[in-house]
Amino acid sequence: MKEKLKNGGKPSLLSPFKAIKYLFKKPVTLRYPFELKEPSMRYRGFHLNDWDKCTGCGNCADICPNEAITMQEIPEIETEPGKKNERPQIDYGRCCFCGLCIDICPPGSLRLSRDYFHIHFKTGTFNLLAKDEKIDKESFLPLDKYSVLKASLAHRKKDNEGFAPDLKYSLFEPERVPMPQVRPEERKLSFIEQVLGYSREEAKREASRCLECKLCEEACPAHLKISDYIRAIYEDRPDESLKKIFEDNPIPSICGRICMKHCEEACSLSIRGESVAVRWLKRYAADTIEDYKRTLELKPAKATSKKVAVIGAGPGGLSVAYFLRLKGHNVTVFDSLAGGGGMMRIGPPPYRLPLEAIDKDVNHIASLGVQFTFNTTVGKDILFEDIMKEYDAVYLGIGTTVNRSTRVKNSEKCLLALNFLKENKMGKGLKVGKEIIVIGGGNVALDVAREALRIQYMQYHNQKVITRTVSLEDWDEMPATEEEIEDAKAEGIQFSPGWGPKEVVLDEKGSIKGLLCMKVKSVFDEEGRFRPTFYQENETFLKGDMIIEAIGQAPDFSFIPEKLFKKLEFTERKKVKVNENGMTSIPRVFAGGDIVNLNLDAVTAIADAKSAAEGIVLYLRCSHSF
Amino acid sequence: MRELELYFGPQHMGMVGNMSITLKVEGDRILEAQTNPGWLHRGFEKLMEYRTWIQNFPMVCRINVIEPDSMEMVYAMGVEKLAKIEVPERANYIRTIVLELSRLSSHLFGCWAYANMLGFDTIAQWAMYHRDLVLDLFEELTGARVYHIYIWPGGVRRDLPKGFKNKVLSTLHTIGSSVPDYDATFFNNRLFYERAKQIGKITEKEAKELGATGQILRATGMKFDIRKIEPYAAYDKVDFEIPTREDGDAYSRVWLIRDEMIQSVHIVMQCLEKIPQGEVYNRIPNPFKWKVAKGEAYVRVESSRGELGLYMVSNGKDKPYRVHFRTPSYPHGLLILEKLLENASIADVGNTMISLYVVAPEIDR
Repeated sequence: MKEKLKNGGKPSLLSPFKAIKYLFKKPVTLRYPFELKEPSMRYRGFHLNDWDKCTGCGNCADICPNEAITMQEIPEIETEPGKKNERPQIDYGRCCFCGLCIDICPPGSLRLSRDYFHIHFKTGTFNLLAKDEKIDKESFLPLDKYSVLKASLAHRKKDNEGFAPDLKYSLFEPERVPMPQVRPEERKLSFIEQVLGYSREEAKREASRCLECKLCEEACPAHLKISDYIRAIYEDRPDESLKKIFEDNPIPSICGRICMKHCEEACSLSIRGESVAVRWLKRYAADTIEDYKRTLELKPAKATSKKVAVIGAGPGGLSVAYFLRLKGHNVTVFDSLAGGGGMMRIGPPPYRLPLEAIDKDVNHIASLGVQFTFNTTVGKDILFEDIMKEYDAVYLGIGTTVNRSTRVKNSEKCLLALNFLKENKMGKGLKVGKEIIVIGGGNVALDVAREALRIQYMQYHNQKVITRTVSLEDWDEMPATEEEIEDAKAEGIQFSPGWGPKEVVLDEKGSIKGLLCMKVKSVFDEEGRFRPTFYQENETFLKGDMIIEAIGQAPDFSFIPEKLFKKLEFTERKKVKVNENGMTSIPRVFAGGDIVNLNLDAVTAIADAKSAAEGIVLYLRCSHSF
Repeated sequence: MRELELYFGPQHMGMVGNMSITLKVEGDRILEAQTNPGWLHRGFEKLMEYRTWIQNFPMVCRINVIEPDSMEMVYAMGVEKLAKIEVPERANYIRTIVLELSRLSSHLFGCWAYANMLGFDTIAQWAMYHRDLVLDLFEELTGARVYHIYIWPGGVRRDLPKGFKNKVLSTLHTIGSSVPDYDATFFNNRLFYERAKQIGKITEKEAKELGATGQILRATGMKFDIRKIEPYAAYDKVDFEIPTREDGDAYSRVWLIRDEMIQSVHIVMQCLEKIPQGEVYNRIPNPFKWKVAKGEAYVRVESSRGELGLYMVSNGKDKPYRVHFRTPSYPHGLLILEKLLENASIADVGNTMISLYVVAPEIDR
């Protein structure tokens, strides 16, 4: 070949006639439109969008280099947490068919088809609300009805998928930065905090995954500015992040540990990958800043002469106190416990929520000038009537504090969950059994079980111990979070799902021998309400020497005098009725949290508190017109 | 004789591309030539300052319509250098395959242009057909025929599709087997020899002074090829030659195009043979938050026309601070063309221009 390169052949006049042979060959050109060229399987043509999968997150519109995509509101689509009623509309006058929108689409609903013809007289038809054959049967035609002479955005081939999304080549990171945790074998022996928290680098890396579509912010009951505070963490400014959090949530140290994270369920990354660890990032911001006060520099507004009493120092009570204090009002919080936090103080065991984390948030709120009156039970140490007399407004953040019992035979021998948790945390501690049965399938039941297990390991060192939970619900219906269930399993908690308690069996001495259970037929009725039915004959006996009931709690309104209580209206679901300002049917009395909402979690209590605080401010400003 | 001003392009039968030349002529002898670019100025370099790192990626390929992949490659290399992103080995091989196929399609396009200019319509049609076969391969691999938008920072966008190797081999076979026909009808054609020999002749010294690279420099005898000097992608793992010639005229330059195509085919075959298994993409950070570290980078590749360079400055933001491309057509189309047209005849304007392989969008950007 080298030889040829140097010589470059010999110019000739006759050699070109060799081309004559091509006259007898078939032409290579295609006779369009009778002969069509099939585009390749990866062809980047017009868009397809699966409306059921599409979340309306708008990442496609954000990444489009040509601003060809606009999000159109579709009123027929119902919005729900994690789903907006917007769908991408593509302007093909601008689209360059690069397909970046495909690679950024978190649910993978947006694809490109192999269609590329658009024959139309009207230029306006260049704008397309991307759909696919599932919802637009008229535009996507089977081969026998398709004609290339009519091909347009409204006349396309069916089953003509082209460039498809692929998680391996996505522009977002589907996997979460793993949270460092204490191993199950180690953590079950003590009350050491299980989750260690992100380091600076880990937090930045995790924060960098957020696409800022803000689906989470709509799903969060308190509407925290999640994408803003995550961005601040990514930019290595945890102080900025904390300031953003405090606009809507004054207890990040608590919420950063035990929040029910509705945001993470709505996260668009969770559809094909793992959601951004919003809760752990909040915790990172709260833990990194040692002194909230110095960083936040919050100053209450000019003092007013108004006084507000808050009953209950749980998440809701703390928040309402915080928001009202910032407006300059005098706030006093009453709580029967020795410290703030309410149910957070009793419920989540220290391996999930250490007391120091609670106190950090409570102390900061106290430092703003909120008066805390602990160890004071309203109705006993101070009368509700007196509070009503002395204060301009009252907020009930009392939560649910009375344990429900199964009321099966001999159930009075059982322990109640809250008493058990309270006794361990604040009392002298209990002697536990070797074989503990916890009745219930919620997070409290798992808290009880995991705490009981730890105490067993401490009290019965090197002996065989068993902790088992019995729940009416089967695995798929269990109300506890998946994370909790997995952690409990890893620690060796045993589960008996789908069994209902029938009788607590006692031995001749009158101490507990075990629990007789019957098989559950169904837990919920057709309307989705709790109404369990059983197969009475299908029984099983679980051996145990200690039974703890954790089947839910109810509120305690006994501190409200009967005359007033009669005025208090309830909803159908037995929740306290409040108006848009958070005021109950008793004038001047506002309420929020577990006694009002059905979510029964801290962040919803904060959301209630925020709107009630606004209502209270409004009420105090113009109470005469209320 | 009277001195006249003659406008050659942009609407002229002999002009290929969006460019014009103003000629000062006396009779049919050219006294002075001036290239007027600007018919295709889209302001890409400025636009890129307003788009994020990833949003620029679908745009760079548009700078050179004929050979978009070397543009994508040089941008990807620039970002990878600034952001210190590693590229998987398999992706390097795929990049090499893509770049060489793209060189092949670009050279075939060049053959079309040159043959067309000289009136060899048959060869022009063949070249167009063969280029289309290469575009079919691109469509199979990347999903698009012209703007592939395929080589991106971190690797390539998708792995090779199933059966791709065989399709490449069969296409290369089709093209390779028609080389004798090309030779007989075009490269060894006496008419071509007469038309191209001694036309647009440039010496090595002049070529160097005026910033020539690619075939123009190699046709003067200098062995200058960035694939050998600063190997990128997988060029250091394959065996190939750099064809050179001594005369520095249009004839040598067009012959070099032919020889380079043969080398490209060899490189692609070697890559298909040696390509390792593995990943083809190291995920880049979240494009909405990605900030590239402060710094500046100059990277260069050997495009089908010569040295294609990219100078990029990042000031640590989510968008580049400044982007500048060093495109080979810039010196070729402005400095060298003007020089070569002095004292040439009008009949040789198109001939000279196309033998320099000028792509106007590269000059304008």
